[in-house]
Amino acid sequence: MNAPQLTQCDSRDEPVNENTVPSNHSSSHAARDSSPSSEGERPPLPPRPSTLSLLNDESASRATRQAGPTTAVSRTDIDTQTNEVPGSAYPSLAIRGISQGLKAKASLGHLTSSRGSEAGDTASIRSSVQNGDVGDVDALFKDFVASAPEGHLESTGLLHFPEFPADNVDDDEFLTEFDPVGEIDEDAGNEDLLLERFKAKKKHYLILSAAGKPIWTRHGDGGLISTYVGIIQTIISFYEESEDQLKSFSAGDTKFVIVTHGPLHLVAISRMMESETQLRLQLEALYMQILSTLTLPSLSHLFSIRPSTDLKRPLQGSETLLSSLADSFTRGSPSTLLSALECLKIRKQHRQSINNALLKTKASNLLYGLVVAGGRLVSVVRPKKHSLHPGDLQLLFNMVFEADGVKAGGGESWIPICLPGFNSSGYLYMYVSFLDLRGEVDENEDISKDESVAIVLISPDKESFFEMQGMRDAFVDQMEKNGSLKVIRAAIDQGRPATTDIVPGSVLHHFLYKSRANVQFTMSSFAPTFNSIVRRRRLMSIYNNLHASIHAKNTHVKVHHCVSRSASSFAWVTPVFEFYCVAEPNANRNALVQSATKIAQWVQHEEERLFIIGGAVF
Amino acid sequence: MSESAGANGPKPSSSVKLVLLGEAAVGKSSLVLRFVNNDFQENKEPTIGAAFLTQKCALPTRTIKFEIWDTAGQERFASLAPMYYRNAQAALVVYDVTKPSSLTKAKHWVAELQRQASPGIVIALVGNKLDLTNDGGDTSAAPETETESAGPDGDEAAGEEGEEQDATPGDARKVSTREASGYADEEGLLFFETSAKTGTNVVDVFTAIANAIPESSLKTGRGAAGAGGQNTLGGRSGDDSRVNLGDRNAATAKEGCAC
Repeated sequence: MNAPQLTQCDSRDEPVNENTVPSNHSSSHAARDSSPSSEGERPPLPPRPSTLSLLNDESASRATRQAGPTTAVSRTDIDTQTNEVPGSAYPSLAIRGISQGLKAKASLGHLTSSRGSEAGDTASIRSSVQNGDVGDVDALFKDFVASAPEGHLESTGLLHFPEFPADNVDDDEFLTEFDPVGEIDEDAGNEDLLLERFKAKKKHYLILSAAGKPIWTRHGDGGLISTYVGIIQTIISFYEESEDQLKSFSAGDTKFVIVTHGPLHLVAISRMMESETQLRLQLEALYMQILSTLTLPSLSHLFSIRPSTDLKRPLQGSETLLSSLADSFTRGSPSTLLSALECLKIRKQHRQSINNALLKTKASNLLYGLVVAGGRLVSVVRPKKHSLHPGDLQLLFNMVFEADGVKAGGGESWIPICLPGFNSSGYLYMYVSFLDLRGEVDENEDISKDESVAIVLISPDKESFFEMQGMRDAFVDQMEKNGSLKVIRAAIDQGRPATTDIVPGSVLHHFLYKSRANVQFTMSSFAPTFNSIVRRRRLMSIYNNLHASIHAKNTHVKVHHCVSRSASSFAWVTPVFEFYCVAEPNANRNALVQSATKIAQWVQHEEERLFIIGGAVF
Repeated sequence: MSESAGANGPKPSSSVKLVLLGEAAVGKSSLVLRFVNNDFQENKEPTIGAAFLTQKCALPTRTIKFEIWDTAGQERFASLAPMYYRNAQAALVVYDVTKPSSLTKAKHWVAELQRQASPGIVIALVGNKLDLTNDGGDTSAAPETETESAGPDGDEAAGEEGEEQDATPGDARKVSTREASGYADEEGLLFFETSAKTGTNVVDVFTAIANAIPESSLKTGRGAAGAGGQNTLGGRSGDDSRVNLGDRNAATAKEGCAC
């Protein structure tokens, strides 16, 4: 594979414009190199008819590629996918490809299109592309071919190179993303330094009220960034005044996405190549967290009596929940990406006996009962007429496992919580207790986070703490007796399987499999390839892009294969499941598809162990 | 003196329900963590809702098992507080010696407890974060009866003179010991200044509370704390007289009528 040289698309100083960095590496060959060429002095090549010489690189493997019945891959599918590149990178490429001179126009057009319309800027521009600018596209591909001089450095290991410039950081550097910006001195002498640190962050979240009051920001405090909040507020209200709604815009490689819910504006600012849809989902989750703290009626009430209400105070203490949620997005969360839950893999019969223990010990005031091992669901008990919403569980897991407020207390907790998916208008009460499966203290905190097992019992009755405590004691007793605790412990120790455990010799290094009907997913272990936080982030970037590509509007892509210098990746969507996987950059496509097929078969075979189907219902 | 590991074989054991109240970020959870696990975490995340912990405290004549409700200090949780203090026999009202507003909030809690909690509730006023003051390590506010040591955490201040002093330059203290202890005296509260970070006085607070619970109000064995049988406390010393802090019997003083 002619792996293109990864280039710095350092175009942040440009005026507002479409993404300069390809956010979609399905177009990777073209994108990666056309983009710098358009930045450079050299005028872009004129459109010309083409044989898509780029694809010649792939033609060999293409020819041998198995369009096999196993994956229901047809050649047309792949071709379609290759040409019909979804995502925002495409239009920006087209614009650049046409002419530098069009830039100003493009950005204007971009601005106008980004206000209002459902589809947003990308869609509108894309539609024009789809209307037959094939020549330009070809030009781009040509462009790439012409300008891919140092494409072949040595062949690389999987994700040794970041797929995207935003991921081009080492572990320490990435970890600084989560460091506090710091506080302003009394004489504000360090303001410049702090602002520099603030601007160095790759990702920002801001929540402000419609009246312009900052409510929460992930980085920096209100004083430091008030000017930025003011600017955003001005931009948003500019559109509001004309009865319009600003949804997103881009500046250089930075994407701004705005979600408005009643009196709140939530803003995500990302240089991490996430799609608008993905950022929107993240903002929705933050909004859910606010509802979970306050409930919808009290939020509306606060603002209806005083539109200038300062929400900081009512939210006091929940900032850490917002932050840990935001950080899990920044680190990359398969659960959020797929809007699905992960379960602990145990035998069906073992799960059954845990379910039975839950049912047997069920307290009369119980609404939901959960056993959760490090963010993986082990068992659920619920009323017949109420299912659990993945969004609610995400908040709950974030609170229990990610934010330290609950666990560090060391005792049992009793927490009023609103589960907006269940009912956004009132509180439920959540009993949380951690099981000590080890006896001894773990030396590594990360491990213990993955290994801690929580019993979560949710009741509508705020006085039922001791009832829940009694249930917990009886339930744990039962699990002790029937060996379930040992089973859980063994399953945690075993961890997630490596791809090679499932398919010996597989070329795949990691996969995600989402069962659509169960709204659950499973994945292979991150070790050994993705142990470091940065590698994991890069992996998630690849998944983000696969996901964005395959879910792009107006496309009906079923199979999607991308190759870049650092990885080859593959997505496959059927009515039953969504499958995403990653392999070495030079992985044989045949082998890749075969492994994917085998893993999908394995998952379906192990379905009742990997997923909770039905669960305990009363 | 209060290690849970103490020989508690023959001694009667009783449980005491205790609630911690106070403004956010004054160090309630840290006090509990110090008392229960002899541990301290810098930058602890805020408590959400409330946490329930237990710890035994061995007295010469009996063992007290504290059932502790560590409540969140944020205002939005305030409406849940009655649930936790309703049947409590003891309350720790905590403020931050570097933050005057937290003492004001503490006074509100004391007033609410005196109005609404069980009549005989033992209330201790605790000024935390003593390590941030110049008299960081010393036991300035410790009652005479408790001067020997803070127990297992190796209180480095054991031998120091306990002298009261007001804020001095370079000192983060904003609430003088005199002001707070004067208020505690008026209201008949136990009073301590503590540092959960260094461990200063932490165990002493709980020991003093254990000692201050009237024998008559202790039920033996491990009762379900939700049973609510705690309103028969022997707090009949309804006079407003100054309480000799640390005195085992007089600490329940408060106005006689609870409502």
